[in-house]
Formats: sequence, C-alpha cells, structure tokens
Amino acid sequence: MKSYWWKFLGAAIVIYTIIAGLLGEVPALPILHESIRTVYFHVPMWFAMLLMYLISVVYSIKYLGSGKPEDDFIAVESVNVGLIFCLFGLLSGMLWANITWGDPWPNDPKLNSSAIASLMYLAYVVLRNSLDEEQKRGKISAIYNVFAFPIMIVLLFVLPRLTDSLHPGNGGNPGFSGYDMTGSMKWVFRPAVLGWMLIGCWIMTLRYRIRKLEYHTDETGN
Amino acid sequence: MKKIFLLIIMSCFNFLVTFAQSNNGVEMATGLRSSGKIYVVVIVLLIIFIGFIIYLFTIDRRIGKLENKDKNIK
Repeated sequence: MKSYWWKFLGAAIVIYTIIAGLLGEVPALPILHESIRTVYFHVPMWFAMLLMYLISVVYSIKYLGSGKPEDDFIAVESVNVGLIFCLFGLLSGMLWANITWGDPWPNDPKLNSSAIASLMYLAYVVLRNSLDEEQKRGKISAIYNVFAFPIMIVLLFVLPRLTDSLHPGNGGNPGFSGYDMTGSMKWVFRPAVLGWMLIGCWIMTLRYRIRKLEYHTDETGN
Repeated sequence: MKKIFLLIIMSCFNFLVTFAQSNNGVEMATGLRSSGKIYVVVIVLLIIFIGFIIYLFTIDRRIGKLENKDKNIK
C-alpha cells in the first residue's frame, strides 16, 4: 500500500465538493441562477488540464537533459490526460454557455483561443505518432512541447484579457477577486481544483505505469 | 489513522455547509431543495463518482501486480 493516501485524499475532496457544491449556499444572481454551481466542476477541469500540461513540460525539459525514456513517458501521458480534461472542460463549458450566453459557442476570445490550444496539443500527439524512431520521437516532441506550453498560457490567460470576454475575470485585469464568488463558494471551489488535480495525477501515473510495463515487455521480448 | 483524520476533516467541512437561501428576486431552486429531491441528484452523483474511484483503484492494483511480476522476471 505504498502512497495511496493522496489518491484517496483527491477522491475524498471531490466527494466533498459534490455534496457541498450541490447543497451549499450560492448567491442568487440573474441569468446564472442555480447554474452557478457548474463553476465547481467546469473550472477545475481546466486547472487540472493546466497542471497536466505543466508536468508534461517539466518532464519534457528533463528528458532533453537526461534522455531517459521514463521522462518522455510521463510527458506524453500527462498530455494524454490533459487532453481528456480539456475535452470535459470544453463540453461542460458549451453546455453551460448554451443556457447562460444563449449559444454553445459564442464568439468569445477565451473559447476560440482554448480551441486553438487544444488543437496544438492534439498536434503534439499526432507528431509523436508520426515518428517511428524512439529517440528522435522523444526529442522532437519534447522540443515541440516546450514551445507549445508558453503559447498555451498566452492563448488562455493573456490574449482573452486584452479584449472583452464573456468569461469573468477577463477584459481588464482583475484577478480571482473579479469572480462573483462568495466566501462559502471559495471553500468549495478551491478544494475542487485540488481534488481534480490529484485525480488527474492518479490517472496519469496509471497510464505511465502501463506504458513503462509495455516498454519493458518490448525490451525483454516476452 | 489517516482515514480517521480524513473523516474528521470531512465532517468539519460539512458544518460549513448551510442550507439557507437568500432570495432577492432571482429565481433559485429553493423549492426543489426544500422538497428534498436534490438529494437524489447528490446520491446519484456520489454513486457514479465512488464507483469510478473504486474502478480506478482496481486498475491501480492490477498494474501493481504486473509490476511485481515484471520485477521478478528481471
């Protein structure tokens, strides 16, 4: 039972946010109504995705230095899990946008740039699959990843702030204080971010371990 | 020990949850909440999520077993 505690911690936190997120007190705001509770589930998807991409870029840099295939495996599996969270974030966001903004895909800078960022990371996966030689694949995709990460940050967190966006906290430069979040909501939202990040890391380590096993079996030839 | 600690933390958090709803002309689902049917949604979500966690846990265990096998071969 080596280090299972953080996996259960992540699960316990998300269970808490499901209970407190649906039953807890939320401010009564026009347009949003009860759909404000989506913020507990939609936004943590994006934060979990960000952490996955961050882990990926860190291990890509490590791989460029060390050349160990294990570092490359962590980098690629982090992107794979990050893409899943990105997909969930996009789908939940589209559903939420449909009822609050009246359109599943309004012409919002944050939506368009998140779509570009997703395509960029999909291109990373395509790039990897198109190269056969192991070391070349590792090196080229690691370099691509190092360039993709800062562009993703600019697309998601800088460009939408330069123009008007429907998302709160964009257009101008407010931090988190710009959100319509009351004190009790923060106590659900922040744990939710942490919980989903831990769940994301758990799934990533599972995928990484499978990939490592596959690599070993290929090596020993059985 | 860790589990008991977690349980205490969880129950402390639950005290923070209040069921009161302020209404300033914005239509909220207070009626649904008072009739108690939101609990059904909460329980359904919990069943799905806990099931998902148990599933992940069994996958984790299986990979652990394979890793042990892999180690023994080498």
